[in-house]
Amino acid sequence: MAETIIVELGTKHFQEANAAVRAALAEADTVCIVEAYAQRYLGCTLPAGKRLEIHGTPGNDLACYMDGGEVEVFGSAQDQTANTMNAGTVVVHGRVGDAAGYAMRGGELIVRDGCGWRGGINMKQYGGKCPVIVIGGDAGNFLGEYMAGGIIVLMGRAGDHLASGMHGGVIYLRRNNTPAVVPDGLDLRELTDEDTATLGALLARYDACFGTEPHEHASVSEFVALRPASSRPYAAMYAS
Amino acid sequence: MRDFRNPRYKVLRDREECIECDLCVRQCANEVHYRDKKTGALRADSMKCVNCQRCTLLCPTRALAITRWPQVDAGSAVWTEGAMDDITAQAQTGGVLLASMGNPKSYHIYWEHLLLNASQVTNPSIDPLREPMETRVVLGSRPSKLRVNERTRTVVSPLPPQLSCDVPVMFSAMSFGSVSLNTQKALALAARELGTYFNCGEGGLHRDLEPYADRAIVQVASGRFGVDPHYLNAGAAIEIKIGQGAKPGIGGHLPGEKINEEVSRTRMIPEGTDAISPAPHHDIYSIEDLRQLIFSLKEATGYAKPVAVKVAAVHNVAAIASGMARAGADIIVLDGFRGGTGAAPKRIRDNVGIPIELALAAVDERLRQEGIRSTVSLVASGTLRNAADVVRAVALGADAVSIGSAALIAMGCHQCGDCASGRCNWGIATQRADLVSRLAPEAAAERVVNLVSGWNREIQEMMGGMGINAIDSLRGNRLMLRGVGLNEKELEILGVKYAGE
Repeated sequence: MAETIIVELGTKHFQEANAAVRAALAEADTVCIVEAYAQRYLGCTLPAGKRLEIHGTPGNDLACYMDGGEVEVFGSAQDQTANTMNAGTVVVHGRVGDAAGYAMRGGELIVRDGCGWRGGINMKQYGGKCPVIVIGGDAGNFLGEYMAGGIIVLMGRAGDHLASGMHGGVIYLRRNNTPAVVPDGLDLRELTDEDTATLGALLARYDACFGTEPHEHASVSEFVALRPASSRPYAAMYAS
Repeated sequence: MRDFRNPRYKVLRDREECIECDLCVRQCANEVHYRDKKTGALRADSMKCVNCQRCTLLCPTRALAITRWPQVDAGSAVWTEGAMDDITAQAQTGGVLLASMGNPKSYHIYWEHLLLNASQVTNPSIDPLREPMETRVVLGSRPSKLRVNERTRTVVSPLPPQLSCDVPVMFSAMSFGSVSLNTQKALALAARELGTYFNCGEGGLHRDLEPYADRAIVQVASGRFGVDPHYLNAGAAIEIKIGQGAKPGIGGHLPGEKINEEVSRTRMIPEGTDAISPAPHHDIYSIEDLRQLIFSLKEATGYAKPVAVKVAAVHNVAAIASGMARAGADIIVLDGFRGGTGAAPKRIRDNVGIPIELALAAVDERLRQEGIRSTVSLVASGTLRNAADVVRAVALGADAVSIGSAALIAMGCHQCGDCASGRCNWGIATQRADLVSRLAPEAAAERVVNLVSGWNREIQEMMGGMGINAIDSLRGNRLMLRGVGLNEKELEILGVKYAGE
């Protein structure tokens, strides 16, 4: 098996592009995509042991349903990165668009810069799976809406409607970026020892991905944890 | 807070017939029947009765009957007991009223205003007992032209993935969580026997159902429960659930108390946490976004599975369906406003959406006008109650129908509408192990198979009477329908003539 195959996408249609990438992945464990011009679905269902290196701008739904593979983007990614991702790693040397990590169940999405609106919506964890999103910059509105599990680390500022409907998981925010009023149903606390260990490892992971100095962007002591007050936010909502 | 409502039902026990066997006590999960602690007498707390009819039907001496609570209301046509009960329930809880099963209100049932044709003199009817009758339907996109190699007699054009149903009836999506695993197993067994498909709903595919995966349509809803590459590739087709007839426009909440270990494993969420399906898919805010999701599923399955998109029948459904067809859906599933549910806010269930009959006719007509009808198959659901309703639906343009409530009724459901409580005495809409074990999948499947086989014979008879020997010739054949008791606008939307014309 070849070590790395280079696939040039140019203006190829996404169907053709993905077929070419899949063909290359059958021949090599690592495929280097160059000249990506917004082709959708790159890394779709990518299994463990396979790696995509993408130069250019991958299109929407990058790494959707990904199942253990590795994707590294040398540039920015568009909307719905890591949509319903099951396992694996996505590293973006840039920013990601809206709805990153939607319904993500496992694996990690590590973004050097910011993310658009609705990041980490409906993220959930289960059994040994715990999805992680690390955002190096600012996040748009509705970060962590309906979040049901997993971990979001936000180094920059959050937009409005942070974590509305959150009923599981944790968002680590910097103390000076926390919302002035903590929304109903959420609980903002200092880190526990366990939080400190988890967050420390994730910040180190970020540094390792982007070659930044340890904690150049943020140190663990600056963070606080946002969690839901209840895993049953709507328990008392109904009558019959 | 004291409950200011009367019971809805009254339990009548015929003391002469009753042999005091206590079967009713053991059978009632609502604890209606009980032994008085002091006197030991067999009694009933009517307030708890939901009229599921489990006790009346299992009572060995037929000593039990349920009747309406005899209390009259004040005689107002406006402030009925039901209207007042709703107010009282909300005054006591401040909650959103929850209801189950389909819209029970007395809106027009258009099926009952459409009469079927039969041949007389000029065109011979066909006897299905003697002549072959084709009720098999193929669902999916159809290519605009077929190229055939005449030398080798093979089709050269690539065919899109399709589903083949031996009967024009499938089973509607019912998730594990809302119904029991035994209910799903019964539907899976019946689907295999009948050569049709069941739909696992949005709660994932339980591992015990994997042997039936070739008869499964797997659903992708906004919560994306249980959705991973294995799941997407396991089924025969994938259905994107945008909406549901019982609750258009809103998401779903499966309450934490129903998320036991098995439900949790199948949905891939923690035990005891509310399972929340957001109202929209947060990656679909437009037809273009729907196209993106459809093709992400096609990419994930190597273009080998048809992708269906299910929407609730609502205003402008024809334009929406046109968009769905253009977005690449292979099958459009239209769910009318009477469609059932395990739980929905009562005001939504009873007031939102439109009848399937009108929606189906409007969608079929619109797709024909736009010349894209053959790019997509249409499946109608939302209260198909018998074979004549199926024939009407096909004549209005459906390729096939889906049944949910009818299949559950075949298994024992009596439409008490208390699914949300999780105490279904028939073992259908519950996760309580003792109740679930009451529903034997094989026996329930047999009833469902009997039902659909009976319907299929009736469909053949009705088609034969019309002089039609293949269901494909009935599809969209509105000349086989005539309206009665309908106004001109209704006839126009349904695309049928008045009886006598």
